Amino acid sequence: MTTFLTFTIIGIVSGSIYAITATGLVVTYTTTGVFNFAHGAVAMFAAFSYWQMTQSWMWPTWLALFLVLFVEAPLLALFVEESYMKRIYGATVVRSLMVSLGLLLILVGVAQTIWQPESRTLPEFFANSNVTIGDVTITYHQIICVIVAIVMAAGLRIYLRQFRSGIAMRAVVDDPDLLAMSGVSPRRVARSGWVLGFFLAALAGVLIGPELQLQGLDINLLTLLVVNGYAAAIVGRLKNLPFTFAGGMLLGLIEAYCIGYLPGHIPAALVSQIGLLTPVIFLFIALMLIPSARLRAVGRLAVARPPRVPTLNQSIRGGVAFVLAAWVVAMLLGGTLLANLTQGLALGIVGLSLVLLTGYAGQVSLCQLTFMGIGAFTMSKVADGGASWWGLIIGVVVCGIVGAVISLPALRLQGLYLALATLAFAQAAFYGFFSNTTFIAEGGAIPVGRLSVPGISLTGDKAYMVFCAVVLALAGIGVLAVRRSTWGRRLVALNDSPAAFATLGMSPTVSKMIVFAASASLAGIGGMLYAGQPLALSALNVQLFVGLELVLFVTIFGIRTVSGAVLGGLAMVLLPYASSQLPWWGIGLAGILAGVGIALMANVPDGILGIPWLTEHVRIPGIAGPSRRTEELADVQ
Amino acid sequence: MKAAALIQAPAIELTGVKAAYGRIEVVHGVDLSIPAGSVFALLGPNGAGKSTLLKVISARMRPTAGTVDIGGLALRRPTPAALARLGVCAIPEGRGIFPNLTVRENLMIWSFQGVASSVVEEVAYDRFPKLKERRRQMAGTLSGGEQQMLAIARALAGDPKVLLLDELSMGLAPLVVAELYDLVGQIAARGVTVVLVEQFVTTALMVATDAAIMLHGAIHATGSPAEMGQLAAAAYLSEG
Repeated sequence: MTTFLTFTIIGIVSGSIYAITATGLVVTYTTTGVFNFAHGAVAMFAAFSYWQMTQSWMWPTWLALFLVLFVEAPLLALFVEESYMKRIYGATVVRSLMVSLGLLLILVGVAQTIWQPESRTLPEFFANSNVTIGDVTITYHQIICVIVAIVMAAGLRIYLRQFRSGIAMRAVVDDPDLLAMSGVSPRRVARSGWVLGFFLAALAGVLIGPELQLQGLDINLLTLLVVNGYAAAIVGRLKNLPFTFAGGMLLGLIEAYCIGYLPGHIPAALVSQIGLLTPVIFLFIALMLIPSARLRAVGRLAVARPPRVPTLNQSIRGGVAFVLAAWVVAMLLGGTLLANLTQGLALGIVGLSLVLLTGYAGQVSLCQLTFMGIGAFTMSKVADGGASWWGLIIGVVVCGIVGAVISLPALRLQGLYLALATLAFAQAAFYGFFSNTTFIAEGGAIPVGRLSVPGISLTGDKAYMVFCAVVLALAGIGVLAVRRSTWGRRLVALNDSPAAFATLGMSPTVSKMIVFAASASLAGIGGMLYAGQPLALSALNVQLFVGLELVLFVTIFGIRTVSGAVLGGLAMVLLPYASSQLPWWGIGLAGILAGVGIALMANVPDGILGIPWLTEHVRIPGIAGPSRRTEELADVQ
Repeated sequence: MKAAALIQAPAIELTGVKAAYGRIEVVHGVDLSIPAGSVFALLGPNGAGKSTLLKVISARMRPTAGTVDIGGLALRRPTPAALARLGVCAIPEGRGIFPNLTVRENLMIWSFQGVASSVVEEVAYDRFPKLKERRRQMAGTLSGGEQQMLAIARALAGDPKVLLLDELSMGLAPLVVAELYDLVGQIAARGVTVVLVEQFVTTALMVATDAAIMLHGAIHATGSPAEMGQLAAAAYLSEG
């Protein structure tokens, strides 16, 4: 009984913090229409700021709390709203997801620059004060967490339903123009939504910090704790606060009982993984169980101006020019930069899988790196740690099958919800597979060799880079050929209007499954080539943040163009390389560049390659802008 | 700009108004004078530029040239929110409601225009008892006619000085349309300046005191409802 009570209390306390996190997410979403992926990063930033003030500078707790919750969080919210978010209201789901993902990466980058890795812990509020019920001791901090969660949930529900300004915060997502015609400034209301959301994130961060006594304050851990918030928010269908609160509690309890009642012989490492896996599995199940009619995301799915598709001739010429350029670069370079560029080309292939899936078919996926890992893993298993063409074929088939299976939730999910489901899959695969010593040998590296081409040796780094460029060029030409084909037009039609697509007698189900499978296979090929460079793939290569970065870079350059995928892949390796070569301000410069890139993305729906000036003045094959005719048609609409 | 700036029902003056979507101009230099306290019907076929002109008047769209003067106030870069606070009530095409708010919450939003929410609710429920029955229902789940009633309830309760109505009859049964236009007549009787944009000529002319026909982004003719009624058929037929 004591065990049950102990874990129930642990569950309620964790659940309270998840509920506060999820409440913040729901409030931001219902008042701005933007699902803030950076919510956890804001919580992390607040927890670290609070640590800095109370533990490093030794400021009084009350002052630090006031500064973090009522000064830093609101100012950050207003800055973010003014710099990025105001440009993406009513934007496509992909664009608004990417801007908030970009914000997440910036906050993580800034935090990593300010707070170098070291052991940090936050003391509990009223440390060493507690009450005892039976044999169970409850700290004041735990009681505070639960009370704050209840007061927040109840107070916000009353505010958003009974107060005119609260109702206006909900109305702004429905129809900002109509709200303006009712005498309310939609911008002012949205700003309030961001301030409230950031305040709740900061509150969650400050409360959860002291709960991490074992692990200490960790940037990635704190940022990703928001996944638990996602799961609770989905239970509330991103709008219902009581259900969100219940979802948070349920998750906290399930997690606590899972850890509390596991058989005693399970090793501690696995127990901690089960703790990390529970929320993502919970999120996945919640997404599967909620009726799809209730999962309506804010924001459009498609934009009106499709980029012009190069002809076969143009794409072949572009491909040949690209391989020649790669050959020249390979001859000139060597060492780390050559190795990095080769991996950038392989990431370009994974980027192409995003063009096919997200750019053309409009299906958001945050798990492409998982397929990359599965491709490398299959190759490793089939070729016994080396590489073979059979390994390639079997890897492509395995990735295709897993992709098709993952597409099953996509049949009923769209936009944001699909993004969350794929994120859950990526996290589950990372914790349950790539970081699991049962499947991957100790040290987390999958040994992979390089493919052999008859008559050509690929053991040299220069030759291998040219080989990767050839495969990337062929994949690019292939993706463009798909886009020009009847099936490619079907994909675009599916993106534009799934309902109209179905009424034309075509099956969205089959089309989605095929595009998911094809895209996963392409990502798998990218993984095999990527791992072939250093002759291994590490679990760290496929972790969620890296995957998010790739999606972000491809989107910044243009997720609907082959060039966007190539440049996105290269940027993934070149930016870290450049910042490592520069003095200490290199990281800051990289951060500023990333910030500018995301600001550009917020302004230009089609990424850097979609900037009107560029599309009108640059005529490199493959860098294709919007066709003028469709642009005019879009204007008329 | 203070809420009391428009005390009387104002006249609306448009001078050389041009409006465009991107590079395509759809309103080409409109001069129009809408008398104070009139019910002005702006008629014309699909694509004539009527709704665009109404968007310009309600500040939802910025004109590329020309000025809009409401009640003698030449507003520089007005916003829809500022106009609403001055007493200009616009009901846009479709249904001017928030579908994911309840009926009661929709009415509360409209109380931002300076009228207490209890008064807005009282006036709305008094005129439309059905809305009271459904006050806890999401507005998006109401029938088309009920949604338009809710939108009109705002005009009734908000005590506007100018009422801009875009395609009020769209997608509604004739009986419902007649009922809604009866209400528009009642609102106009209080001295409110009403501007109606309608494709259905006879419906609009039933309540109008003045009218204009718009063709190809320009004012084709202005005059009394009777004159415009006679001209409309010929203008519509010659339009293609």
